Amino acid sequence: MTARRPRTPRIFLHCFLVGTCVVWIAPVLYALYTSLRPYADTEAHGYVSVGGHYNLSNFTDAWNAADLPLYFKNSAIITLPALVITLWLASMVAYVVARHSFRVNLILLLVFTAGNLLPQQAIITPLYKLYITVPLPSWLSDSGHLDDSFFGLILIHVAFQTGFCVFVLSNFMRTIPQELSEAARVDGASEWRQYRQIVLPLCRPALAALATLEFTWIYNDFFWATVLMQTGANRPITAALNNLTGQFFTDNNLISAASMIVAVPTLVVFFVLQRHFVAGLTLGANKG
Amino acid sequence: MPCDTPAGPRLAGVSARCPHPARPGGRERDDDTMTSISTVPPPPRRRARLRRLSGRDRVVLTAMAGLPLLLSVCLVWLPALATVALSFFNWTGIGGFSQMKPAGLENYRIIFTIYPEFPPAIEHNLLWLGVFFAVPAPFGLFLALQLHKQIRFSRIYQSILFLPVVLSLALVGFMTELVFSPTQGLVNNLTGHAGQNDLIDWIGNPRLNIWAVLIMACWRQTGYVMILFLAGLKAVDPSLQEAASLDGANEWQSLRHVIWPALRPINVVVVVITVIESLRAFDIVYIINQGTNGLELLSTLITTNLIGETSRIGFASALATILLVISLAFVLPYVYSTFRKDTRP
Repeated sequence: MTARRPRTPRIFLHCFLVGTCVVWIAPVLYALYTSLRPYADTEAHGYVSVGGHYNLSNFTDAWNAADLPLYFKNSAIITLPALVITLWLASMVAYVVARHSFRVNLILLLVFTAGNLLPQQAIITPLYKLYITVPLPSWLSDSGHLDDSFFGLILIHVAFQTGFCVFVLSNFMRTIPQELSEAARVDGASEWRQYRQIVLPLCRPALAALATLEFTWIYNDFFWATVLMQTGANRPITAALNNLTGQFFTDNNLISAASMIVAVPTLVVFFVLQRHFVAGLTLGANKG
Repeated sequence: MPCDTPAGPRLAGVSARCPHPARPGGRERDDDTMTSISTVPPPPRRRARLRRLSGRDRVVLTAMAGLPLLLSVCLVWLPALATVALSFFNWTGIGGFSQMKPAGLENYRIIFTIYPEFPPAIEHNLLWLGVFFAVPAPFGLFLALQLHKQIRFSRIYQSILFLPVVLSLALVGFMTELVFSPTQGLVNNLTGHAGQNDLIDWIGNPRLNIWAVLIMACWRQTGYVMILFLAGLKAVDPSLQEAASLDGANEWQSLRHVIWPALRPINVVVVVITVIESLRAFDIVYIINQGTNGLELLSTLITTNLIGETSRIGFASALATILLVISLAFVLPYVYSTFRKDTRP
């Protein structure tokens, strides 16, 4: 075998890959490097230079001056409920679609998956008008309407993201043997009980994969929050960064530090749960 | 496949990619029609199963699918329809429905004839699409093929190349400003163009800035495509490749005749993602200058017309309808062909 195939020297491949990786990581390292240097030093030496001081003052400045904890809290208030509700609703639809053969299933899958693939901007005009019109009780929204409320933002995330999760979960649930449901049905288990106690626990790997993906996507959302959240102080951190730039973050060193801080949650999820993250994309893509 | 079920068969998607006639889904359907010759008791017929559902179960199942459906219809599909309807009206959005004036095709006429931002926006969206097909798609495939060779440090390479995908597009926008900043950026300083004499204004020059944005967009998209192809490659039956190399196929022949056909389902996904991501492009350019001065895109035109000082709902809707029609032309055939085969009764 090995004699047949001319063994191209792996060293060239490694050189190429190392080179590519250096280029790939360069923007992130440059941002990190810039964020560790005081503005005065970069002003004196130039941005692409060595020397001067290295400290974390940009990070503490960005954190305190712009009140980043507030925006992190906003992000948490939006992302976590949206994530849980999305997975919950999607798992229910997926159960109906994957464990039964109703005629309506094709339409359900079309509605959810195609909805998820639409560009957000294609539906924003009526949505925006809807959001500023529909009244909400004041404990749910400061503005008294759907717009500018955490509730409204959670709602649109759920409506939009459910599609992808239905798609992935229904594929996954089809692989669970029907015999399990048959046995449960013979034992008199209701549909809800089959969903809750048989199918859902078996979906744990898929749910974990989707949770990491959806966390990243909802946390990273910029568009919905920019348009549907008018008050700056209510915005989640990804969207808030845009307003804070120029107001608090006046130089590239501070912007870099703030960017690094904002990236931390997704980077943590990525490094700790990379396996699940990739598995989620794989589950979504392995259908075609 | 890290996410396989404990005891279950392979994922439906994986089985669908294999050209074997005896895939699980297919077998079940065959049993349905060949009950007379099958020795294995066939799974209960669909109708029979349906009839056995109690009234309460039916209500539960309806609610389980109905509640999410209601949300999706109200917040995605009705707005999609309303977008089309609103595009035939003139509506500033200030005041109620009484302010709506029927406009016929006037909004579209303005867009296609005298709206100066529209041609560059279409041009940039097409450019985005073209570049995404020309660079991240083949390069992502190439990287996936290299990383699939079971070389050392594969995990490390993979993590680094995939890293930009977890960063938000908004953050990529900030990084674009950082890396391509004329005087303070990495690119100009490394290439010696940061001085006043030969300054390259990557952000401000309307002929250049779209390229800076596209470079950073490709930076993120390549890792995405690479992971999808890697997942596809892992599912290609290794014995096929072995057989090919035993028959004396070289690397290119085995790629061309064995791997490429097996990757067909992933290719479809990559094409769809490439198209959708190009139509969705928004965050990076909006961070940089809200999509003006050489960075116009359909998505930014819609947004600025909607939330600008003069909210032009009808006009924004007409632009959104154009985006919607283009998207649906890609999305619906893909989704329909994907699902038709496994939900057929």
